[in-house]
Amino acid sequence: MTAASVPNAAPALLPADTSIDWNRITRFGGLLALGLVFISLAGMPLGLNQRTVIEPVLSLGYLALMWLPFLAGYNVGNEIVLEGMEATKKGPRDLLGGLIVGAIGGVGLSILVLLIDNFDLRDPLVNWSPQLLEFLNFENGVGFGSWIWIPFCGLLGLAGASLQLMSQTMRRAVMTVILAVIVLSVFEFLIIDIVDPLKKVLYAQQGGLKWGAAIVVAILAAAFSLFGREPISQVRSNYNDATGPEKSRQTAVLIGLSVLALIVIPMFTGKITQELLANVGIFLLLALGLNIVVGLAGILDLGYVAFFAVGGYTTAVLTSSNRGEDWPSWFPSEIHWVLALIATVIMAGIVGLIIGAPVIRMRGDYLAIVTLGFGEIIRLLFLSDWLNGYFNGAQGITNIPPADFGIFEIKGTDPRSVFYLVLFFAAISIYVSWRLERSRLGRAWMAIREDESVAEAMGINTVNVKLMAFVVGAVLASFSGAIFATKVGSIFPTSFLILVSIIILVVVIVGGMGNIVGVIVGAFVLIGVLGGPKQPGLLQEFSEYKLLIYGALLIWMMLKRPEGLVPNARRSRELHQDEFLQDAWLKGEVDDAVPDSGDVDGTVAPA
Amino acid sequence: MFPLTSAVQVKGSRRTTVDWFLVLIRVVLISLIVVGILAFIAQQIDPENAFAKWRNPGANRLTAAQFKGLVVTGLSQGAMYGLIALGYSMVYGVLGFINFAHGEVFMLGAFTGFVTSNKLAEAGLWEGAAFLPSVIMTAILAALIATGAAVLMERVAYRPLRGSPRLIPLITSIGVSFFIQNAVILLFGPGAKSYPSNPEWLQQKRSILTFEVEGTKILVLIVAAISMAGLWFFVERTKTGKAMRAVAEDKEIASLMGINVDRTIVTTFAVGGAMAGIAGILWGLLFRSVIATTGFLPGIKAFTAAVVGGVGNLGGAMAGGVSLGTAEATAPLVLLEPLGVDGVSQLRDAVAFTLLILVLLIKPTGLFGERLSSEDRA
Repeated sequence: MTAASVPNAAPALLPADTSIDWNRITRFGGLLALGLVFISLAGMPLGLNQRTVIEPVLSLGYLALMWLPFLAGYNVGNEIVLEGMEATKKGPRDLLGGLIVGAIGGVGLSILVLLIDNFDLRDPLVNWSPQLLEFLNFENGVGFGSWIWIPFCGLLGLAGASLQLMSQTMRRAVMTVILAVIVLSVFEFLIIDIVDPLKKVLYAQQGGLKWGAAIVVAILAAAFSLFGREPISQVRSNYNDATGPEKSRQTAVLIGLSVLALIVIPMFTGKITQELLANVGIFLLLALGLNIVVGLAGILDLGYVAFFAVGGYTTAVLTSSNRGEDWPSWFPSEIHWVLALIATVIMAGIVGLIIGAPVIRMRGDYLAIVTLGFGEIIRLLFLSDWLNGYFNGAQGITNIPPADFGIFEIKGTDPRSVFYLVLFFAAISIYVSWRLERSRLGRAWMAIREDESVAEAMGINTVNVKLMAFVVGAVLASFSGAIFATKVGSIFPTSFLILVSIIILVVVIVGGMGNIVGVIVGAFVLIGVLGGPKQPGLLQEFSEYKLLIYGALLIWMMLKRPEGLVPNARRSRELHQDEFLQDAWLKGEVDDAVPDSGDVDGTVAPA
Repeated sequence: MFPLTSAVQVKGSRRTTVDWFLVLIRVVLISLIVVGILAFIAQQIDPENAFAKWRNPGANRLTAAQFKGLVVTGLSQGAMYGLIALGYSMVYGVLGFINFAHGEVFMLGAFTGFVTSNKLAEAGLWEGAAFLPSVIMTAILAALIATGAAVLMERVAYRPLRGSPRLIPLITSIGVSFFIQNAVILLFGPGAKSYPSNPEWLQQKRSILTFEVEGTKILVLIVAAISMAGLWFFVERTKTGKAMRAVAEDKEIASLMGINVDRTIVTTFAVGGAMAGIAGILWGLLFRSVIATTGFLPGIKAFTAAVVGGVGNLGGAMAGGVSLGTAEATAPLVLLEPLGVDGVSQLRDAVAFTLLILVLLIKPTGLFGERLSSEDRA
């Protein structure tokens, strides 16, 4: 896949190498062992053990360890098949590889068991505890625990590797089964909340899928994967192939249905689900704004939380009865939420200009750090004694009243109303982003993202256009801030840590930079399942580990799939330009001299 | 009137509204600084002075001892910023991206120091004559761990991304930073970890050139100076250092000259990591407390220091660190208080960020000039 391997690929159709790659196996095994030990010492197995996936055989704690050998076993047999090369035939070689990799990983855990049993390192390492030892021993004593992980992980690695031997359909079926069981168990709470009778059918008293139900779900998922895929892909290709008015009619139906679902679902769910949806919505609004700045215009704004804070604080100052005492008496106070929102939007636009103007000429990476600095400065100012008379410092502004619309009220104790408000603004934001993307301004943003100098040579006023991105992003974030202030009813500087910026960035990147659908998916998956910076998600047990997972996700996405889960076609072409060109060259579609990527260092383009 | 700040202007386009706004920002910031310093001088001459009273009715003269104390604090912190900044500067010089996770390397060094020093203190080796060898051992260990972390992150996260658009490795490094920070929280617990107390003789104040300096700060300054000298020797006088400079200049040509580019880049990360690890130990000795988020702010500030001194310029990084530390320590009392700002010590971090913005607005190449490869000069 990398440019460096191209010269080797040029003499096409090399005979497949059939020997066992011991180097690769030991490397994978060592990494696996390290990973397993790290997960154990980070406390994930113990912390997650309370939650059952399948009653009574599998808890989330053991699952936290088991997925890793499985994945390693699968990946050790993975290979990158270059254009013009032949894939090696999968066989017992891969099974053996997976088995050995898993077993090496298991050795890591065995050593850990023996170490915990013999040494006390609890002083620096908080999870070096007898409880962890018990957990790793399957509560069967050290004699059992010291060897059981080796065959266990080996078998998991073998199972992972056996996926390599299966046909595409089979592999997909197995994946669907695993995913269905896990999703059903993770979403237990949500599903019960929506369809209460399912509780008795699917789930055990103390939580977790009943094992019988798990088998039924597995069979259904397998059946769906084997027989249900055809009609669905049919529908999908129908949609993709449709053109003109037919396509826009289908799109309209699709959007209408999803909006209807989002309006109807909260009516039947409990408060916690509504709260969850409201949180997802607030972060979705932020992510949509950042998507314009980062995804469309390619400006990496790490201080995006500043606009969220400005939105929240402006609304709070204008509506609260408990703002600081130093405000002059003529300054409007306790005004209606809608008026405050207008003021908030104007304020956010101004702050966007003020922050944007000095940074807009800087190199992309300097800009990132400087905006990060601005985000931190704004929080420090809200927190400082200096402006204490205006913003109440660390005590924050409390007593923010509900937004009163006559017939209905938006208040934090009624998360459903907040959700509807968020939905309204999300609809506006989505519409705005969608129209902007296809406007002259949107095309200018994308041109700048791809190459600023060329964009400027084409007559785009890069400074103004980039400032516009800042302002639009700021305004969208201020919506979110205004809603957030009203929802929580009070506002503190600690709600606006840099952390928030980074989590929104992860949402945008995981979803797919520059793609509205991707951002929506990202917000629902990440904020909904893992939770926001302080807001719990569906997996409440994960709250301790979610930031770690966000970090790991960010690295993994950047390395493996920088275009995100739901990629934007143009963006993904930009990111993989080298590979597209290479493939084209290897297929002989392009002239010899073309793969001149220009920026690949240390690689000589093949002549 | 003002130096040209970007390639855009060099191309000869006319000044836009944004430019005038930027000029305005510069004028406002510089006049604020000038007024603040003038008010400070007025207050030093006579606290009853009308000019000193103008913004700050409670103006009080700062004694010489207070002022010297601020400078020494600033210098010792600045020395640490400088040590961390070297890593940013070298990596930016060679690879052209900001290794956002470098602050975490520093934090890992400080954490290694916490574990080692406490184990040594339990064995009674953190006092008396055993103290110095113990500190040296701890520093070497911290440098090793930090080096290992830096090399590992290069191998895992950055090497596969070489040649991708500039922002991609930056985003990855944000992820790495986030990951390391939270991994440390999970492994060691979220609370603040304290170093054992330093021996008496180190805490004593000593008089150097009329400055009353705490022994710990002297130690920090000496260690920083030795590390800097060692690094200078390594980069300017050894073959590996020469290779590093060549790779920073032009990777392609360097590889044609028979230099192993990959290995040189790893060396760069390793050396930067070692410096950050030593800075971590110094931080621990000076503040005697470390938490998982320790790396974040010093990291950003060290990057600021690298920019102030000119990215890619090693002497500049150290000078930038020292000037940033001094500015940060003195500005709240010298600049902000005379301007009538309350609670100035809370705004120290804001001072550092403002300095970064100011330098990038007025002299983006830093005080001592950038040293970047041709492709990174933008």
